[in-house]
Amino acid sequence: MTTDILKVRNLKQYFPIKGGILGRKVNDVKAVDDISFEVKEGETLSIVGESGCGKSTTGRAILRLDEPTEGEVDFQGQDLLALSKKDMRRKRKDLQIIFQDPYASINPRQTVRQILSEAMEIQDVLPKDKREARIKELMKTVGLGEHQIDRFPHEFSGGQRQRIGIARALSVDPKMIICDESVSALDVSIQAQVLNLLKKLQRDYNLTYLFISHDLGVVRHISDRVLVMYLGKIVEIADKKSLFDNPKHPYTKTLLSAIPVPDPTKKKEQIVLKGDVPSPIDPPTGCRFHTRCPFATDKCVEEDPELRNNDSLMQDGHRAACHYIEEIESGEMKPNY
Amino acid sequence: MDNLKDNDTKTIIKVDDLQTSFFTHKGEVKAVDGVHFDVPAGKTLGIVGESGSGKSITALSIMRLIEAPGRVKGGSITFNGEDLLAKSEAEMRRIRGNKISMIFQEPMTSLNPVYTIGDQIAESYQIHQGLSKKQALEKALGMLELVGIPSPKARLKAYPHELSGGMRQRAMIAIALACNPELLIADEPTTALDVTIQAQILGLVNDLQKDLGMSMLLITHDLGVVAETCDYVAVMYAGKIVEYADVNTLFANPKHPYTVGLLKSLPRHDIDQEELEVIRGMVPRPDDLPNGCRFAPRCPFAREMCVERLPDLEDQGDGNQVRCWIHTDQWDGPEVNVRDDYGYSESTQS
Repeated sequence: MTTDILKVRNLKQYFPIKGGILGRKVNDVKAVDDISFEVKEGETLSIVGESGCGKSTTGRAILRLDEPTEGEVDFQGQDLLALSKKDMRRKRKDLQIIFQDPYASINPRQTVRQILSEAMEIQDVLPKDKREARIKELMKTVGLGEHQIDRFPHEFSGGQRQRIGIARALSVDPKMIICDESVSALDVSIQAQVLNLLKKLQRDYNLTYLFISHDLGVVRHISDRVLVMYLGKIVEIADKKSLFDNPKHPYTKTLLSAIPVPDPTKKKEQIVLKGDVPSPIDPPTGCRFHTRCPFATDKCVEEDPELRNNDSLMQDGHRAACHYIEEIESGEMKPNY
Repeated sequence: MDNLKDNDTKTIIKVDDLQTSFFTHKGEVKAVDGVHFDVPAGKTLGIVGESGSGKSITALSIMRLIEAPGRVKGGSITFNGEDLLAKSEAEMRRIRGNKISMIFQEPMTSLNPVYTIGDQIAESYQIHQGLSKKQALEKALGMLELVGIPSPKARLKAYPHELSGGMRQRAMIAIALACNPELLIADEPTTALDVTIQAQILGLVNDLQKDLGMSMLLITHDLGVVAETCDYVAVMYAGKIVEYADVNTLFANPKHPYTVGLLKSLPRHDIDQEELEVIRGMVPRPDDLPNGCRFAPRCPFAREMCVERLPDLEDQGDGNQVRCWIHTDQWDGPEVNVRDDYGYSESTQS
């Protein structure tokens, strides 16, 4: 019934590190290292992870804001990586992005009218004489007043600026929007307003979201499915409920337990990891989490685990990249802190 | 639960009617406007609020780090019985980093990039305790061990850029705790860190606080961090404290509509929520504050009296203090249960 609007296959994004007197390439930052996933039409898939896990790089690679090193990005049946630059620009009409920082992603010298009409102009979405009315309608949709149409970004608050960013993305009637930490810079009360707006727009326009965030509270609220990344790899992917109620990868469990709960009566068992995230330049061999994982064995050091499902333990579509899902679940393997 | 009014708890710092303003060409901006609180010895008080609520300015006022065009305009800050506002700059320098220390959100901008971590910790001992460089470095090594930095000997000679964000924050904590302060002010200490690192740092700060018996003032916007680390909480809005309670009371029985709204608008990772409640509108500009209750323009319960008159922060008899007309005898509206009735009647989208 539901079709995949976006299919990502074996996507790799390496950034070269140049060094030496000749400026030769000495190594790569393996920001995204061979990941594959699908996004279904009309759903919200979230990518979560800590800084440097490759979640934003994935979003940018899909849009070809940075040219990916390798892989396939199939959007509505078309391989985006095979398109010419010109065709790609045209394709971005259907695939839009909203950035984290509304201060940095909007031209400070343009009024709201100019910002929104420029987007429509480039993508040629409406005849000129109809744009004015459309701009006013868009502003209303995102909760801005018509009287603000000739104001500059600095005359708006952070939350309102993010609404301008949303209006700009909507102005070209996209099918899918990549939200890259789109509510992270906002205060809680404003964040809730913007989240509710995004949900409403999704219902009204049947939008698909790829929602990139580090905030698991926000992710639980907005997503249908969740994908967890660690050091350029997918470690777990599942329906929201399955992931939050039944996490299987030790990293996902740690991540969930590390978030402070706004309820002092809930004294939870907290798993505190030792050490920092290793460098993506020379990522650990085998399972990339083995340097911090309390269950790691020699096998984890040597063999890179595949994403897999165990249907007796996990719901359909829930996959985790760990060698020892069963042993950890049964209690046969004990954590070694 | 200890009550704040408990007589045998010693108060380490008492802030009374603190007013800090910035005098700009547009006029006076009241960033902190009549804030009262005290921190009992060995306890943690959390000050929570959104951007522009005045929480960081409160912390900087205590440290006397407000720079022109800002000025502490009135009130008193009593630390161990002494009025900090009456101290000379030289006296303040002896207190800062010694009796009262502060850690900031962004360790990279508060550490000096051209000195080694060891030098920066040792500096505290040299200045405040008159130790020689060699003795100071030895003590610095001990501090690095205490805050759990791996291979501390090597790290003494490291520069800030050679450390990760979490390590830098540990180094900051080492500097702040070097002279065994009685009060630690932590301004958003984990906001710039990833959650797994945040858990490490909060655990470390909690353990050190217990071991060293210091008091803490934690400034944060994160209600989760408050719930996990604080004993008492003050909620600030537009320069004023709107609610004050011990942490269990505040989360179990919040009374101010702003506190309730804040808790309801927070997306949680541990429970399912269909639609988030919102707080309509936005924080008033500090140079254009409402005359009455500052939350009135956004409050779903606001009546004429709220718009006209500012309520006091009043004791509720259960350890809670709330600045809201609903919880006074003077309330002239229908009976409301702030928690159950919170919400706006019409569409909340705009």
